[in-house]
Amino acid sequence: MPDKNFLNDFPILQSKMNGHQIAYLDNGATTQKPESVVRAGCGYYGSCNANPHRGVYELSVRSTKVYEDARKKIAAFINSPGISEVIFTKNATESLNLVAYSYGLHNLNAGDEILLTISEHHSNLVPWQQVAKATGAELKYIYLAPDGNLSEKDIEEKITGKTKILAVTQVSNVLGLKNDVKTLAAKVHNAGGIVAVDGSQSVPHIPVDVQDLDADFLAFSGHKMLAPMGIGVLYGRKKILEEMPPFLTGGDMIEYVTEQDTTFAELPQKFEAGTQNVGGAAGLSAATDYLLKVGFDEIEKIEKDLTQYAIAELKKLPYVELYGCDSERDNKIGIVTFNVKDVHPHDVATILDSEGVAIRAGHHCAQPLMKFLGQNATCRASFYFYNTPGDVERLVAAVQKVRKVMHLA
Amino acid sequence: MLEDIYTELIAEHSQSKENRGNLKNPTISERGHNPSCGDEITIELEIADGKIKNAAFNGVGCAISQASTDMMIELMKGKPVDEAKRLAKLFVSMIKGEVTDDSELEDLDEAAALKNISTMPARVKCATLAWHTLDTALQHR
Ligand SMILES: Cc1ncc(COP(=O)(O)O)c(C=O)c1O
Ligand SMILES: [Zn+2]
Repeated sequence: MPDKNFLNDFPILQSKMNGHQIAYLDNGATTQKPESVVRAGCGYYGSCNANPHRGVYELSVRSTKVYEDARKKIAAFINSPGISEVIFTKNATESLNLVAYSYGLHNLNAGDEILLTISEHHSNLVPWQQVAKATGAELKYIYLAPDGNLSEKDIEEKITGKTKILAVTQVSNVLGLKNDVKTLAAKVHNAGGIVAVDGSQSVPHIPVDVQDLDADFLAFSGHKMLAPMGIGVLYGRKKILEEMPPFLTGGDMIEYVTEQDTTFAELPQKFEAGTQNVGGAAGLSAATDYLLKVGFDEIEKIEKDLTQYAIAELKKLPYVELYGCDSERDNKIGIVTFNVKDVHPHDVATILDSEGVAIRAGHHCAQPLMKFLGQNATCRASFYFYNTPGDVERLVAAVQKVRKVMHLA
Repeated sequence: MLEDIYTELIAEHSQSKENRGNLKNPTISERGHNPSCGDEITIELEIADGKIKNAAFNGVGCAISQASTDMMIELMKGKPVDEAKRLAKLFVSMIKGEVTDDSELEDLDEAAALKNISTMPARVKCATLAWHTLDTALQHR
């Protein structure tokens, strides 16, 4: 599919930023939305809006159908063995908190270990710190080899009989490197633990199959995969979800409520308290349609070409330092993290902004990783399939201006 | 636009080592940071007879945050505490675009050069970090 077609679907990409057509390279933070997604969300409110699951009238039935059809669509999208294992949340952060609080707090004890990787986003790290503090379980980390991939030595040594849960990102939001979650899951399962996968940076970019990975949990956000903000997903293994207590309680998640006690609804309602984001679910459903129409083979190919092009061009600049760009495993997914010598990333981002190039600068919600890398902050360009080689060229040209603007060249 | 922000003066101040370091006998040491972008500073003040006798700072961060801190430290040396508080408020007002009469800004000396940051909402916090930190440091003085 030629890139022109994508731009027609994303009018925002044709808009201007500081007088230049926008080169939107902050897709790791959130992606733009095609018109079909915007229409699906608005369409729901225009013709189907009512409180799902609550009314007997036809409009409410229609709303329920939109919501439950979206759930079916997502179940198929990640190859969930069933539909009731797909829980809607507001984002990956809420999904991961659900796992930490409902599973972690009730299944971990002093002497147990929670294993993380040093690349985790704060969303898959801070909740586990809380669980560790509350239960007395110990937090352990898998660190990185010099190429940015997980240290094989740590993997061998730190997955033990004490490991009750491994919480791991499938793709790092800073280094863009894909972890071999399938192998990790097998090792953890062998040791008697379970695996929670943060799919925030993988599900939008590669086909993710929860059965193939043998993941016990998979969390991701809609807004990083073309869908609106405010809708996210948690997949969980049915047996585990059934044994977990609810996370939030209240309306919609109950069976019977008496003065002193309550019985809870079956999955997935047990974990969906209160009125849900049906418009968001409709948008997420349309987003998966769009992604499948483009096809993950195509998406991966486009993003790989853009990433390799950007790395090759930035490597030509002696004052640019790249992170995680030397992996020999062919596991780099659409993210290029770098610094310009003697210039703070914040200033780099401002200078790029003045050229219409949108990138992220800072710690990327991964402060422990930054510390491990010995950086206070970095610049991050992150691609999606609608980006073009022209966007990469704009990025590189803008980076070439940075040191001059800073009076360093 | 960009040239109005990243002036030579800002570049010099962001790289200057003159005011960096620790005081022998600091009366106050105050840490400030912007969690969103990671700018981080610690300012040290030596206060005697109601005056800031000496000041210094350490920090990491973007050119704007570091230059702004350097200019502020320079400006504060020898100032009475009340005057220092007034200047900190004046600087923040300037960045918020609330000062209409430019002559009022003369008291800020070189720091007045950061006025243009008021047109860049994303960078306002970088410029004001040091001045908010100073304000906090002097709160009970
Ligand atoms: C790897 C990773 N995990 C979790 C998150 C959190 O996503 P959200 O803010 O949508 O909950 C992000 C995105 O910022 C991410 O990149
Ligand atoms: Zn800053």
